[in-house]
Amino acid sequence: MNALQGQACIVGIGNTRYRRGTDGPVDSSLRIELEASEAAIADAGLRPSEIDGILPFFGLSLAEALAVNLGIADLRYQATSHVGGAGPGASLANAAMAVNAGLANHVLIPGGWYGYSGRRVRQIVVQDPNSMSGGVNARDFYFPYGLTAPVQWFSFIARWHMNEFGTQPEHLGAVAVAQRKHAQLNPNALMKDKPLSMEDYLASPMISDPYRLCDCSLEADGGAAFVVTTLERARDLQRKPVKLLGVAQGQPYPADDLVTRDDVFQLGQTSAAPRAFEMAGITPRDVDFAEIYDPFSFQVIQQLEEMGFCKRGEGGPFVEGGTIELGGELPVNTHGGLLSEAHILGMNHFIEAVSQLRGEAGERQVEGAEVGLVTGFGDFGDGTIAILGC
Amino acid sequence: MTQARSEYQKPLPVMEGMTKEFYENCARGELCFQRCSGCQKLRHVPTLRCASCGSWDWQWWRSTGRGKLVTWTVVRRPMHEDFADDVPYAPAVIELDDGVRMVSWVIDCPPEELRPGMPVEVSFDDVTQEVSLPKFRRITS
Repeated sequence: MNALQGQACIVGIGNTRYRRGTDGPVDSSLRIELEASEAAIADAGLRPSEIDGILPFFGLSLAEALAVNLGIADLRYQATSHVGGAGPGASLANAAMAVNAGLANHVLIPGGWYGYSGRRVRQIVVQDPNSMSGGVNARDFYFPYGLTAPVQWFSFIARWHMNEFGTQPEHLGAVAVAQRKHAQLNPNALMKDKPLSMEDYLASPMISDPYRLCDCSLEADGGAAFVVTTLERARDLQRKPVKLLGVAQGQPYPADDLVTRDDVFQLGQTSAAPRAFEMAGITPRDVDFAEIYDPFSFQVIQQLEEMGFCKRGEGGPFVEGGTIELGGELPVNTHGGLLSEAHILGMNHFIEAVSQLRGEAGERQVEGAEVGLVTGFGDFGDGTIAILGC
Repeated sequence: MTQARSEYQKPLPVMEGMTKEFYENCARGELCFQRCSGCQKLRHVPTLRCASCGSWDWQWWRSTGRGKLVTWTVVRRPMHEDFADDVPYAPAVIELDDGVRMVSWVIDCPPEELRPGMPVEVSFDDVTQEVSLPKFRRITS
């Protein structure tokens, strides 16, 4: 058995309100990350000074700035993984190692941004080629052709799948519609009270064919954070710990170019999934719900395939008929996800998974949820899988 | 359509190192990829070392410039101001007969006529004095 299996746990979660628009300055994410961190630390029943490890999200607030504001005089451990939206999952693995090795006792993983009111991702990637792995390749070999934004890059892969397997627009729509349904049960979702039918989906404006507006994540302003410690320390804390059963990271190859891979559908999850399931000692069938990093609708289908929930090429039909809706075989993105709750860097997927496993997800609670899966997805397909349990 | 060179406002590659050599070859009307001197494998985008055999030795190798369209997207809403006047346009992935894939455009083909497997051949667009972008035309015969 892996030495980390079941040894680390999430003991505190916190988040800000998610919204589009803010009154304050938007050039630094520090305020929003601090708000979320305060909430997570308080939820754990800790004082901020008891945090001795911080794993910041790449490109956002630095550990020092967070520590100064939180009054952490003895910060013992910090590290950042440069894997974009796979960062929170990578940091969870890192935190689990740190607390189990005795390098830190309570590790804070924050993430928040003014993703709507500040610089947009499509501006950041063009202005700073080092903001993502592969950024230099994109600058020199994609941008001259007007292929400058994530929605365009990943629509390539969606169409490739359509060409190869006959995946239909309605399959992409099934993801968007399911997640929008879930958002109706989530007070913090940007798309609450804005239901979406398949007809609405198909009528939504085309952005980068085959991606319509409703295939795209909702750039938003907001932050979230969680606190990791050992199972042993968690016994002294106030909240029921949510255990890390399995975790793995992976990359497609080559990771820094989207179009030259021998296997064009490969993701980080392709190699990470077997490792994560083995570590947790479970199979996909044992998963009660999945919070899947969803920059765009098709990337949910692709990850389901690559993780083995269905065969490659069968993800389109798999997501039809309510399979991924609450009450279905595998509820996916029960909070609405990046598509219908808010794009909070995938941090919100961890917040939702912990809420579900605590039995505190309110109207959208998955009955009897014991095992939840959370993915991360960054840059040109770097991936993480975390399997959490109560 | 090549604009007057001084007016070209779209993003350009940074002309350094192997990228510079790639585009200099294009400016001479040659689409070239790196070929490993150890195992003869072709590669794109440029890398220092052959990932297959470990050799650091390579040469530019001239591609036939012929291939097929494998995927594309039709940009309807511009995400970059310099391409605002181009919509709808269709960035595409071309798989050369040599086995190498690259991002480009299929020119002189309306987006709705794009088909997977469509045969194409390279055509160079001299967008500035220095930079010539390889683009592709349909092979109709």
